[in-house]
Amino acid sequence: MNNLKIKIDQELKHIKKLTNDPTLFLTIIFSLIVVSFFVLVPLYNVLKESFTLKGVFSLENYKNAFERSGNVIIILNTLKLGFVTATLSLIIGFFFAYTTSYMKIKGKKIFDFIAMLPIISPPFVVALSAILLFGRQGLITRGLFGIKNFEIYGFHGLVLVQVLSFFPIAFLMLVGLLQGIDPSVEEASRDLGASKLKVFTSVTFPLVIPGLANAFLLVFIQSIADFANPVVIGGNFTTISVKIYQEGIGNFQLGIATALAMILLSMSISMFVIQRYYINKKSYITVTGKVSRARDLVKDRVITVPVFITLITLTLFVILMYILIPIGSFVKLWGINYTPTLDHYKYILDFGMDPIIQTTVLAVIATIITSIFSMVLAFLIVRKKFIGKTFIEFTTIMALAIPGTIIGLGYVISYNITYKIPFTNITLIPPLTGTAFIIIIAFIIRSLPVGIRSGMSSLQQIDPSIEEAASILGASSSKVFSSVTIPMIKEAFFSGLIYSFARSMTLVSTIIFLISAKWKLLTPTVMNNIDTGRIGIASAYCTILIVIVSTVMIVMQIFISKIGVKNKAS
Amino acid sequence: MKNSKRVEIKNLTKTFITGKNKVKAVNNISLTVEPGEFICLLGPSGCGKTTMLRMLAGFEIPTSGSIFIGDKDVANLTPDKRDSAMVFQNYALFPHMNVFNNIAYGLKIQKKSKQEIDERVGNILKLMKMENFAERTPSEMSGGQQQRVSLARALIMNSGVLLFDEPLSNLDAKLRLHMRDEIRKLQQDVGITSIYVTHDQAEAMSLSDKVVIMKDGEIMQVGSPIEIYQKPNSKFIAKFIGRANILKAKIISKKEEQTKIKLLGSEYTLNDEIKYNEGDVVEVVVRPESIKFNLDKHEGKVMKSVFMGENHEYEIMLEDQIIEVSLNNPHGKEIKKVGENLTFVFDEESIHII
Repeated sequence: MNNLKIKIDQELKHIKKLTNDPTLFLTIIFSLIVVSFFVLVPLYNVLKESFTLKGVFSLENYKNAFERSGNVIIILNTLKLGFVTATLSLIIGFFFAYTTSYMKIKGKKIFDFIAMLPIISPPFVVALSAILLFGRQGLITRGLFGIKNFEIYGFHGLVLVQVLSFFPIAFLMLVGLLQGIDPSVEEASRDLGASKLKVFTSVTFPLVIPGLANAFLLVFIQSIADFANPVVIGGNFTTISVKIYQEGIGNFQLGIATALAMILLSMSISMFVIQRYYINKKSYITVTGKVSRARDLVKDRVITVPVFITLITLTLFVILMYILIPIGSFVKLWGINYTPTLDHYKYILDFGMDPIIQTTVLAVIATIITSIFSMVLAFLIVRKKFIGKTFIEFTTIMALAIPGTIIGLGYVISYNITYKIPFTNITLIPPLTGTAFIIIIAFIIRSLPVGIRSGMSSLQQIDPSIEEAASILGASSSKVFSSVTIPMIKEAFFSGLIYSFARSMTLVSTIIFLISAKWKLLTPTVMNNIDTGRIGIASAYCTILIVIVSTVMIVMQIFISKIGVKNKAS
Repeated sequence: MKNSKRVEIKNLTKTFITGKNKVKAVNNISLTVEPGEFICLLGPSGCGKTTMLRMLAGFEIPTSGSIFIGDKDVANLTPDKRDSAMVFQNYALFPHMNVFNNIAYGLKIQKKSKQEIDERVGNILKLMKMENFAERTPSEMSGGQQQRVSLARALIMNSGVLLFDEPLSNLDAKLRLHMRDEIRKLQQDVGITSIYVTHDQAEAMSLSDKVVIMKDGEIMQVGSPIEIYQKPNSKFIAKFIGRANILKAKIISKKEEQTKIKLLGSEYTLNDEIKYNEGDVVEVVVRPESIKFNLDKHEGKVMKSVFMGENHEYEIMLEDQIIEVSLNNPHGKEIKKVGENLTFVFDEESIHII
């Protein structure tokens, strides 16, 4: 009781201290409002809607979700897809990570490069390529083997494209982990008489088991949340994300859509909680500590040559998937007439520039806001004490695990109505659906968590006393932030900038719910074209999208290296 | 220095609560620092000295109590609103600015004219003998140089009080001695009120006008370095500052300022004024370096004898008690060996009743 009193007293003093610094105080209030209004409110509305039928509380929606056999199959489909994709991605990702960390193999940069591909390309690029390769008019199925009745649409096609899209996640995570293992631990095992195989089974592998579990769960979360691939290539194999869209937007059955959304959300969140709060704590890497020196790599050609061939084959296949798209955009009619043409681009230039311009403009606006806001939030979370800090940290990081379709559905439910100031007739917030504003918000909320995390991790590496020094020299919180914090974390700032631009340009799941006649965005346009069989135009759009994103990335990289150099010279 | 302020701390308390645990890091401390005075907060780690300094700076909010810098109660003000400057343990220089801009930072915040900034930074660089370093960035300097910049950055603010958070603990031993002298000299030249946190007693003794010894969030003793050393008020302080033999003695008589005690069978007359009565058994402190050999008041047996260069260290056993002795003997004359018997006497003036 006494402790509580002291605690309350101290919190009050913190608030009092905050009000001495109005900029900081307002920033915190603003952040709390934004996070509540655009993350929590939509989720709450989805939850409320799922328990409502004809305006009263009801469990009917969940009964439908679990009793109608169609829905049960969809739930099981989603789990099966997540499990198979995660398992295969883990195997391939581990193979890549282990061989590049433990063997003397050329071309490691290429493997790093393919790990980047899924970030700069829209999520359905691989699916589109799979159609070009293995579809009814596919280059391999029909062109090479003359098979006419091969069906890429369905479970196997979906697993193929998801594994190719998601194994880089597992690869990146495991490579970091394996390189964090101190080689002397393995040498100690050798020294104590273990064979190389025994070292692997008794030391290396056990050390990465938590990492493997982590990677598995992350891929699983991505896989079940994925919307673009199932919608493009799933065929009759429907997953929950797709069904939420069909019911919510197609049939306007909000009850069943929200119930399915809650089921999907509980799957994602529980996986995320296990990953973050259980498995992450079991990591051994922090125990073994810093890497003291380089590892002795396997040089035996009997091993490295076959491994290299396997790696390069897989890599070339992945690259092929991405190269096919631009190629497909320059031929008349894929599978039938391979005459080179610029027709598809001409069509876009004449009739379809709106989505490109609109998406780029909105993405640029969202990117600027996101990169500043995420650094501000990271700064607040890492450096400041205030009520609601845990709330902001938890919500923004949890937002990583919320499937985009659910946020989209939540926005549709929450913002198609007018909010009025209580007891008056004055409009507080007009309906936001269909406006550019809500699309920008969706872009921001979807890329904020990663920005915050990278800001947080670079702040945590910087001694807080540097900022304290600025503050005791007379700088207010906002001055400390702009003159000391931002310059020190500018790398995280710019990489966050690049990430949120790429993410906004390629976002599908959330904004598919938010587009309108006025705001037709790029990714939904591509999907429409795939849907109506205009593969050439879809490919051309995709190519333009990839070109825009990679140009911005390259320009930013050059810019970053320039200011980096300048800083060192001064 | 014109701006040097008096610092007054009244009933300052800081309670940290983690879960169900409540820790009083600073417990009801009151302390006054006169303008221009240099005081050290000294104590083992966890004694609350750093928390106290951070409250003075404004990085922690006190649970209760007040802090006056000059006439102003600053206890609930943010650091930027206080008339204080600080030198940090790990220098805390801004890595993206050169030396000049690091030092000029505070003046720029105060929107001083370019001319004034150039002049004042130039002066302080000269004072620190760092004129040639203005264009360097922190990563291009050694730890000692960085700490000098950090000191310059704080000094230039001409603030009411200068705070030091273990500024020398990251430097190597030799540089530490050098910087210690430099800080003391600078502080005396500019006359700024200074509060210095350290766990190194040599640093505290050599730097300060007044030493404040803390333990478990409370002040144990405040006094000049000599007072603290000669007249520790507790066993803890006697052992914490320098080395000490703590021995039992009996008070035989007490007359005004003269006290007769019986220590290990022999009588001594002390000039201490004491709170005890005749017949009481008390504890006395005798420093290892205030014992003379070959004077036959006591006889003991050598248990340990180690040559340390400047000094020779002995342990002598007498009536089941081990007495440490440190004898200045750089030439290694008349060394006693383990097992030999010897006679000795305690320097009467240095015996202090706790």
